[in-house]
Amino acid sequence: MTIGRALLQLLVFPGLLYAVPVAWLMLWMERKLTARLQGRIGPPFYQPFFDFVKLLAKQPLPRPRLQALAMSALPVLAVASTLGALALLPVFPHSGGFSGDLVLLVALLEIPPLCAVLAGFVSRSLYGELGATREAVLSIAYSLPFLAALVALAAAADSLSLSVISQQAMWQVRLPALLALALCLPVKLRVNPFSVANAEQEIYAGATTEFEGPRLALWELAHGLEWVALTGLWAVLAFPVAHAVWPLRATVFVAISLTLVLALAAVAAATARLKLAQAARVYWLWGSALGALAMVVAMVWP
Amino acid sequence: MRLVDSLVRTARRRSPWLFHLNAGSCNGCDIEFVTCLTPRYDVEQLGIRLEGSPRHADIIVVSGPVTRTTRAAVETVYAQVPEPKVVVALGSCPASCNVFAGSPTIEGPLDRILPVDVYVPGCPPRPDAIIAGIAEAIGLLAGRGRA
Repeated sequence: MTIGRALLQLLVFPGLLYAVPVAWLMLWMERKLTARLQGRIGPPFYQPFFDFVKLLAKQPLPRPRLQALAMSALPVLAVASTLGALALLPVFPHSGGFSGDLVLLVALLEIPPLCAVLAGFVSRSLYGELGATREAVLSIAYSLPFLAALVALAAAADSLSLSVISQQAMWQVRLPALLALALCLPVKLRVNPFSVANAEQEIYAGATTEFEGPRLALWELAHGLEWVALTGLWAVLAFPVAHAVWPLRATVFVAISLTLVLALAAVAAATARLKLAQAARVYWLWGSALGALAMVVAMVWP
Repeated sequence: MRLVDSLVRTARRRSPWLFHLNAGSCNGCDIEFVTCLTPRYDVEQLGIRLEGSPRHADIIVVSGPVTRTTRAAVETVYAQVPEPKVVVALGSCPASCNVFAGSPTIEGPLDRILPVDVYVPGCPPRPDAIIAGIAEAIGLLAGRGRA
């Protein structure tokens, strides 16, 4: 991967220039669909953008210096690592990439939840700490099926390169692996029925309860980018058109991502929040079963 | 710079987040207030969100006559909301202490403790009146503070 190519992917597509507007679009789609399913009209199209600008223009509150530094650095790190993960997605065939970019992608995707846990504790708020604890417990639970599915895909394609996996993994392995990944999406995005980590009406905003103004704006942005990155990862792995021309691939990528957002929002609007133990059990039991199935098929199939 | 200013003003007008503070209210105003979020009134179409944390809020909506036990909480919560912010007094209690006026356990009305920007009188006020009051508060919010 040349430097120019890497910069293009980081800054234009599927990185910054594509991801930020689409992040706002996805946040809006989620809120709008929820409102429509509840019989409301819902927020207008530009809502997440104006939320972001308004939060940026609020005055930060005075805090102890180290706490202020940590509370500003953590959301920046979350935004940066999610953008890095987006840049690794092989939307186009032969788009570069390197052997092992799967490992880097997994590491980059794990940083935002870790930042959220740290943010909850560093904010010294009871609700922030509760949200951080729940986030940590859940991330242990969903990491098993998430990683098992990715390992199975890598084993099926006999490669650690994302673009090879997205083109060569067998569909017998891909189906259970994609199901396991889809099961992990709502908890990674903290939407119902797995929204215990930021449970509104219960612990306010979880880890971000104590964050205000520009710092909260960055968290909202990081959250939106996580939507783009995780649905994008799923879309890349589920590509039905492996060797198509690039405009078709880009269109299919965006279409699958947006459809997935609609599906997740519909499920979120139709379900109630599970308790922490129930949510963890879903991942330990059903998520791990799917992940193990994908792994067994990948190892045993000739 | 003027472009940024007008963008920020528009953003403040389009995205007011509320924090609801009960300072000894009888719950009547609170029920009417929550009604504004239901499908019939749906204030989310104005960009309004009810936030659980005062750190996220722009507009503080206070109901109740401010009892002795809630006064400290009212002051703390007001200090926790970042600038720019607007205070809305919801119902007759924070405006005049209503039927509780003269009680030894009441420290209100609210304007003795916080600078109140908008009064929404009524016992309780109708959701339409609450939305009108919040709309007025949004206008104040947009003009307040530097970008």
